[in-house]
Amino acid sequence: MAADKKIGAYICKGCGLGERLDTKQLASVAQKDAKANVVREHDFLCSEDGIKLIQNDIDKEGVNHVAICACSRRAKTDAFTFENVAVSRGNLREGVIWVRPDTDEAQETTQEMADDYVRMAVSEVKFLTLPGGNPEAKTERSLLVVGGGISGMTAAVEAAKAGYQVHIVEKTAALGGNGAKLHKRVPDHAPFAAPADTGVEALIKAIQGNKKITVHLNSTLTKTDGAPGKFAVDITTESGKTDTKVFGAIIQASGFTPYDANKLPELGYGKSKNVVTQLELEQLARDAKGGAIKRPGDGKEVKSVAFVQCAGQRSEQEGHLPYCSGHCCTTAIKQAMYFKDSNPAIDTNVIYSDLRTPGNGGEDFYRSGQDKGVTFTKGKVSAVEDSGGDLRVKFKDLILNEDTEELADLVVLATGMVANSGVDIENMVKLDGKDAAADAAATQVQKDKSVLNLTYRQGPDLPHLKHGFNDSHFICFPYETRRTGIYTTGPVRRPMDIAQAIEDATGAALKAIQAIENAGLGRAAHPRSGDLSFPSFRREGCTQCKRCTVECPFGAIDEDEQRYPVFNESRCRRCGTCMGACPVRVISFENYSMDSVGQQLKNVDMPDEFSEKPRILVLACENDAYPALDMAGMTRLEYSPFARIIPVRCLGSVNLAWITDALNSGYDGIMLMGCQKGENYQCHFVKGSEMAHYRMSKVDDTLKSLSLEPERVETHEIAITDIHRVPELINKMAETIGRIGMSPFKF
Amino acid sequence: MGDVIATNQSILVIGGGISGITAAIEAAECGKQVILIEKEPAIGGRISQLYKYFPKMCHPTCGLEINLRRIKANKNIRVMTLTEVTDVAGKAGDYTVTVKVAPRYVNDNCTACGECNKAVTGEFDDAFHLGMKKRKGAYLPYAMAYPQRYVIDPAIIGSDDASKAKAACKFNAVDLEMKAQSVTLKAGAIIWATGWKPYDAEKIQPYGYKRYPNVVTNMELERMMDPFGPTGGKILRPSDGQEARNIAFIQCAGSRDKNHLKHCSRICCMASLKQTTYLREKYGDEGKATVYYIDIRAIDRIDDFYQKVQADPNVSFVKSKVANITQNKENSNVILNGVNTEGYQRYSNEHDLVVLATGMEPSIPANAFPMKITINENGFIEQDEANGAIFAAGCSADALDVNRAVQSATASALRAIQVVNRVAGMEG
Repeated sequence: MAADKKIGAYICKGCGLGERLDTKQLASVAQKDAKANVVREHDFLCSEDGIKLIQNDIDKEGVNHVAICACSRRAKTDAFTFENVAVSRGNLREGVIWVRPDTDEAQETTQEMADDYVRMAVSEVKFLTLPGGNPEAKTERSLLVVGGGISGMTAAVEAAKAGYQVHIVEKTAALGGNGAKLHKRVPDHAPFAAPADTGVEALIKAIQGNKKITVHLNSTLTKTDGAPGKFAVDITTESGKTDTKVFGAIIQASGFTPYDANKLPELGYGKSKNVVTQLELEQLARDAKGGAIKRPGDGKEVKSVAFVQCAGQRSEQEGHLPYCSGHCCTTAIKQAMYFKDSNPAIDTNVIYSDLRTPGNGGEDFYRSGQDKGVTFTKGKVSAVEDSGGDLRVKFKDLILNEDTEELADLVVLATGMVANSGVDIENMVKLDGKDAAADAAATQVQKDKSVLNLTYRQGPDLPHLKHGFNDSHFICFPYETRRTGIYTTGPVRRPMDIAQAIEDATGAALKAIQAIENAGLGRAAHPRSGDLSFPSFRREGCTQCKRCTVECPFGAIDEDEQRYPVFNESRCRRCGTCMGACPVRVISFENYSMDSVGQQLKNVDMPDEFSEKPRILVLACENDAYPALDMAGMTRLEYSPFARIIPVRCLGSVNLAWITDALNSGYDGIMLMGCQKGENYQCHFVKGSEMAHYRMSKVDDTLKSLSLEPERVETHEIAITDIHRVPELINKMAETIGRIGMSPFKF
Repeated sequence: MGDVIATNQSILVIGGGISGITAAIEAAECGKQVILIEKEPAIGGRISQLYKYFPKMCHPTCGLEINLRRIKANKNIRVMTLTEVTDVAGKAGDYTVTVKVAPRYVNDNCTACGECNKAVTGEFDDAFHLGMKKRKGAYLPYAMAYPQRYVIDPAIIGSDDASKAKAACKFNAVDLEMKAQSVTLKAGAIIWATGWKPYDAEKIQPYGYKRYPNVVTNMELERMMDPFGPTGGKILRPSDGQEARNIAFIQCAGSRDKNHLKHCSRICCMASLKQTTYLREKYGDEGKATVYYIDIRAIDRIDDFYQKVQADPNVSFVKSKVANITQNKENSNVILNGVNTEGYQRYSNEHDLVVLATGMEPSIPANAFPMKITINENGFIEQDEANGAIFAAGCSADALDVNRAVQSATASALRAIQVVNRVAGMEG
């Protein structure tokens, strides 16, 4: 503890605290046990007068560390924020008096609970340093867009409109992407009645005339190094010329590849030239130049066309896509209109299983198709056969419940989108190290496949989630990828149509701009937005074990030549998973450290083995478990007075050393409460909860070596709504201790 | 949360649901000054009333907690509740917005200790629980309400309860003299995020909502699943309070229908699929769900959720627009009548409860919008140059699920930033 720390402890008597607790005793605990320099009680601490009292101590007494012993850290945050002062909160209201009955019998243990929370708050704040921010924080206020399709172009134009410089890297010879291959697009404005101009030319023109936007054609990223604010990117042209440029943030708009329709021979693709994909029909429509669309096989004018929806999609069959590509229903309607608008006598039949035209306008467009005479048949196509150039479409009519067939001049397959998401870093080819030539070839294949070629320790691209898309997995925070400062947009993220891609890309541009601004100020991005701390480590203690670099959910940590961790502060999301991973306790944050938690658990008063007063340590995720515990208090649900709860940033930040320390200092039970892990994870740091569960699976050895029962340590997945469940779990632990007895490790 | 001074470089966000909250935070975290106004006493909007989100089956309050923390930590955001827009004047880069702030009758002193609530006795329909539960005249809107301050229902002003609430407060937080205020705010750009309301199910006459007790809406089912909700987390039949185990879901109740909402509301298919899993959660193999649908619109990547539900032997699907609902007088069961269009079979199916998947009606005053703006026939705000710097976000722009509403809100935040950066001369 540095000498210039002056700690003020403030004890509130409001909200019943004064009536329920002996606050003089609390003040004495703060002063004598916890050694606060200034200790004051107040009737109503969050009032103007109470705040003035604290501010006065800050201004006149030099108090620079404040322990507020009042309500939960989630309450009255506006009032209890002081400039340039570290603050801790002792939760006496939601965490003590609201979870304990107001009875004489309960009085003693309730007071002990409060005493401990005062000790904990003061010992925590002693080890908090107001983060000074990263002195090396800087930012390049230009951004890189990878991919020159509609998503990429939109992101570029929108970011430029907000005043930022943008570079677009496009691997082909022209801007436009798949959008440029379209004849027309589905309308996005009322009356949603007819196909509309694609807007691609206008976008290209807007880019060409924009001084803020630089375009690199025939180029790819051969190396991406650095971090938000200072990504150093090698842009290499087809001819091999490489240019290194620095960017503040990256938008990955690498788009999609059309599903390979050759995998669908049963639908006639590859057997008959008159079976085409939706994208190929666009070319036929462009070739027709407003006139009659002719089929590729023999140039005959198309008089009847069947649209086969969900071709190789929404299917469990091997080689098919399990998902829906979202746009194909409205695309089929649009394409049927290409025919109907030129000649209403052409038969157009859309054979579908579920027609999906959601949202504003989708249904209007569907109705417009019906009005124009497009036929819609609910059915499942089993085969498309060539019948002398014409096509025999065999399907089960699901309405008439019978197998049937129809003849068509042309068949259009609605094949899906496959994300251009680069290398699947979780399933990378392992180099065998024996055959150098084979390894070099494998490395080259991977390099060519990669979109970003990140130098990150955890792999060259963003992690894939479901079905090869780079989506974020979060519902509430769809842009948050696992690589800070790199945002995906458009169909690389999830299948989407043009209207959505435009909206999505505009949002992604905002996120990239935000990352640039945050990096410049050394601030964390979501979910600990604004946090100025960053991890630091004691180099001399580090054993180069690499756990932190492997376990960081955001790939923030690399290794230097000597295999020491390199933290890349602006990539860091401040979850503390590295701190939890470190076996030698050398990683910490200024405002969250081995000590800021460790000292809290050590400063809990530990009654002896014969007191019948066990102690249960609860380490609770601050986002879900802790609010659930708070709300249990607000609902006045009771739980054991023997629990001592410490909020943690993420269960991933829990270091086994805390568990060992707690067991050694006599805790009778330890409970870890984190978020759901696994496929549908709710952990806000993605892997934190999973890592904690994994680490805790090894705690049995520690327990065995201490001859302690395995029931003493539990790890739970808790949702924020588990308001009834959290007190029950705590009470159950208290019962368990009653059954197996107290820990013998009380000193 | 800060005390943002409104200037023509600040962004005004109207509506404090998921879209408005997102737009406000995303803009503020870019360093912009934002004022977020909400007409209810707390922000959170519709999502705060949902039990779970599809497709992850996670809890909306989990994301809300993160967002509230971001707001609390950000000095660039000022939140004004009980506030509604009465007038908008000016042009892009220079708007003057008049808002009316209704009295809360509780000031900043409030510590949310709840003593006022204990003191009062009168009870009123709780709008948060869609009127299915009562609350007192001094109340916290919901457990996670932000601002975390109690509210005095205007209905008790002048009554004994009002004086009791005032007397119970040790902190002088109850101020019965509080009056409605008119406040003028400046803004460079406006994000319109007033969300949606469930389509009024009573208007779908053949389905007997309000006539038959065991006809409920999907939002009402969400409230029933809340452990602190009107039924304590149980799916109960309003007729007799018995648990409903055989439940019908009617899709497109009011949507895709020229007589009602002519658009597809997008979320209702996934919402019903999600709700079929509530039965499994409650009853295991003992629950039975039947979904009456036209098309199941489990769009794009989340189609696998539909596939998972289809694989559940206790969930069946009937392709049919239900013709009407009658009631079994003996047991108040609902009887759904119609034709299964897959094979043209007539049916008359009895269920314990029917859930109407009511659609999304945009909450936009189409005829009384305070400014000239392009609103289409479906009631959504269209993107249009003529709208100046008023940008729709979320369900003001389209029928969207949460994920897409957040995308839309993030996009609208950038559009607003483009304008205020232009005002600040930053774009040059």
